[in-house]
Amino acid sequence: MASPAHAESLALREQFDTAAQQKDASTLGMWIFLITEIMFFGGMFLAYTVYRGTFPLVFAVASSSLNVYIGAANTVVLLCSSFTMVLAVRAAQLGQQRAIIFFLILTLLLGGVFLGVKAYEWNEKFEEHHIPGATFHLEGVAPDQQGHAQLFFSLYFAMTGLHALHMVIGVGILTVLILQTRKGRFTADYMTPVDVAGLYWHFVDIIWIFLFPLLYLIDRHLK
Amino acid sequence: MSAPSHQHIDSVGLYFLVFAGLIVLTIVTTAVAFVDLGPFSVVVALVIAVCKMLLVALFFMHIRHSTKLTRLVVLGGLLWLGILLTLSMSDFVTRGALGVPGR
Amino acid sequence: MITQAVQEREHYLNASYGMKSWLLTKDHKRIGLLYLATVTLFFFLGGAFATLIRIELLTPTGGLVSSETYNKLFTMHGVAMVFFFLIPSIPATLGNFFLPMMIGARDLAFPRINLLSWYLLVIGGLFSLFAMLAGGVDTGWTFYTPYSTTYSNTWVIATGLGIFIAGFSSILTGLNFVVTVHTMRAPGMTWFRMPLFVWANYATALIQILGTPVLAVTIVLLFCERVFHIGIFDPTLGGDPVLFQHLFWFYSHPAVYIMVLPAMGVISELISTFSRKPVFGYGFVAASSMAIAVLGFLVWGHHLFVSTQSVYAGLVFSFLSYFVAIPSAIKVFNWTATLYKGSISYATPMLYAFGFIGLFTIGGLTGLFVACLGIDVHVTDTYFVIAHFHYIMVGGTIMAYLGGLHYWWPKMTGRMYPEGWAKLSALVIFLGFNLTFFPQFILGYLGMPRRYHVYPEEFQVLHVLSTAGASVLAVGYVIPMMYFVWSLRWGKMAAANPWGASGLEWHTPSPPPSHNFEETPVVTQGAYDYRGVIGEVIEVG
Repeated sequence: MASPAHAESLALREQFDTAAQQKDASTLGMWIFLITEIMFFGGMFLAYTVYRGTFPLVFAVASSSLNVYIGAANTVVLLCSSFTMVLAVRAAQLGQQRAIIFFLILTLLLGGVFLGVKAYEWNEKFEEHHIPGATFHLEGVAPDQQGHAQLFFSLYFAMTGLHALHMVIGVGILTVLILQTRKGRFTADYMTPVDVAGLYWHFVDIIWIFLFPLLYLIDRHLK
Repeated sequence: MSAPSHQHIDSVGLYFLVFAGLIVLTIVTTAVAFVDLGPFSVVVALVIAVCKMLLVALFFMHIRHSTKLTRLVVLGGLLWLGILLTLSMSDFVTRGALGVPGR
Repeated sequence: MITQAVQEREHYLNASYGMKSWLLTKDHKRIGLLYLATVTLFFFLGGAFATLIRIELLTPTGGLVSSETYNKLFTMHGVAMVFFFLIPSIPATLGNFFLPMMIGARDLAFPRINLLSWYLLVIGGLFSLFAMLAGGVDTGWTFYTPYSTTYSNTWVIATGLGIFIAGFSSILTGLNFVVTVHTMRAPGMTWFRMPLFVWANYATALIQILGTPVLAVTIVLLFCERVFHIGIFDPTLGGDPVLFQHLFWFYSHPAVYIMVLPAMGVISELISTFSRKPVFGYGFVAASSMAIAVLGFLVWGHHLFVSTQSVYAGLVFSFLSYFVAIPSAIKVFNWTATLYKGSISYATPMLYAFGFIGLFTIGGLTGLFVACLGIDVHVTDTYFVIAHFHYIMVGGTIMAYLGGLHYWWPKMTGRMYPEGWAKLSALVIFLGFNLTFFPQFILGYLGMPRRYHVYPEEFQVLHVLSTAGASVLAVGYVIPMMYFVWSLRWGKMAAANPWGASGLEWHTPSPPPSHNFEETPVVTQGAYDYRGVIGEVIEVG
């Protein structure tokens, strides 16, 4: 295993003067990227706010057609993956190579479970004719409000779809990290990529923390 | 190999506590959704979501230990999201307030 | 003697040769030049569309092109100019080249991401170019729904995809600049010792980071609606087309500050150097850059005054729109105060700076007119608005860009441009510009709508004047193209500091070495300190 100083100098890019400067830059860079993501998702949250405010009852009916138990369970899966991810980062801080790989793989698997459940849910929507378009129909909603219900599902698919895309990218990043860890790239002194990947993963989790109540839990008491 | 002294490394126990809190809050928010709180349902749901976000951000994303600049960046992002939502909604919630057609 | 020494010295241009050394470069200076070439191409593409528009408008009944084609012309003019020229122009060319040097850094924080952002601009540009060649897009550069989502039969998706990709180019540039300024300043380079050009690009970078993602998600939603028929803006489903406008303008208004803030940064440099005086009220100018960035995000609804936006929201946005003029005005006052008792020389960059101050002031003042809700109801979607924003974008930004190009040309290339021709073209541009766009204020006031190619006969005289001006303007833009290229081979060799300017970039040879500085500079004085600075060549009058 490389000594700290050696690992540090190997990883130091020429535009930086010190490893600390490089780490500061990388971390700040990732945080700035995450706020671009806040604004990116934010546009969809605006659309959601506007339409839920305009069609509250239809949105409640549409929301109740989603399986709340699957949604909650999937939320738990994603929270578990955040837990395993932070343990992976901690292992990297301690230079524990095997633990890093173990927790990264767990995180990846949990992420995969989340995506699989999402795929199942989407398929269910397809079979129930809740996909916006010519064949759309939602029970419990009058004919002249079917369009409003379609708006809910447009947002549902757009928001969970964008979220799922970010999960897939996250899975890709985790895969790269696992391979790099196996090659011994990270030490307690240089684990910045693991650190910033953790930030990304947790951010995607936070998005879901909001998506779950906003999409699945609209006025459940009504039904 | 021990970690460099400038890093704060939280314990597994602390992370587990935070994780447990997140699970509890998830169960709470799901259960509360079935209770009729009228217009406060959405408020409670959002408050719980914000609490979960804070747990993840402060502990899992280490904002607790981060620099002032990082915190400023995060607050800035949230503030800007707030600007997008509130100023836009200032249009939608005041539509029709004057009784003028189309406004 | 000097010629020989420069030819033998290694610098960033001769450090390596061949396509790969340019296409895979991590050097911010080379990337700046790659951007320069790219944005120049798009400038002339946008200019070609403008030429066709102005020719069409020579006669009241059109005749050169059909209405459908005319719609495509003004759309593609806007798309090319806004997204592929103005937004990247100053930050990605001059900013990329000089921001690291001005703070004493060897490069940006993320050189590979810098290169990636250039590729993203090129790829985005290719998508949009494809759309233009394959038949064009006719929605207006503003892509309003439901026309863009449902009814237009043109290449909306390809163009939108091109803009989406170019948006990421912009975001990454912004991210790179912010991280660089925070983490890579040389020892002693405190925030308030940085040149105002750096402050301007930093503020711009914040806008790029916070605003562009909203444009990106708006295009995604437009894409979903057009391709998958997932209606978000579709009124037949209960959707609101004005929601699109809120989302679109949330970015596109701050975008105009992305386009003008770096220009203001250039002007601060030019005014100071060619008055040989520190910028008056440095702190106020720096703070104004930040204020413009923040306030610019609070006013977008002034583009929605005549949509079904509520009157109350309209009042709020109108009120806030007046505030954003204040920091711009502060800058104009401070530049003017800088000139007072300065040792002024009239080199070409300074001529462009003077042009900027006059024309930007007119553009900015007319902005106050349209910020007024009551007036805007009458002049919106008329040539008044077109004149307003062209005074700022062309009379402002492009003049500053040309001024900056002339100012930093010796540093970037090691060659001087021919001063006589440069002064001539600056004059031609100034005259051509005013002849083109001043009549448009009158046209708009008289009621000539924008995006129309058929108009009442009584407007023809003004249109003819405008087109005549455009021809002059075009000549004015072509001449620098020619002499800049000429200068690369036959221009006078430039010394390290031909203007007697302050700033770290002038303490290094022209062209600079690959790593910018032989040793990391240690900064002990503020910006714009002219004591002991001797210039090699100062062109006077």
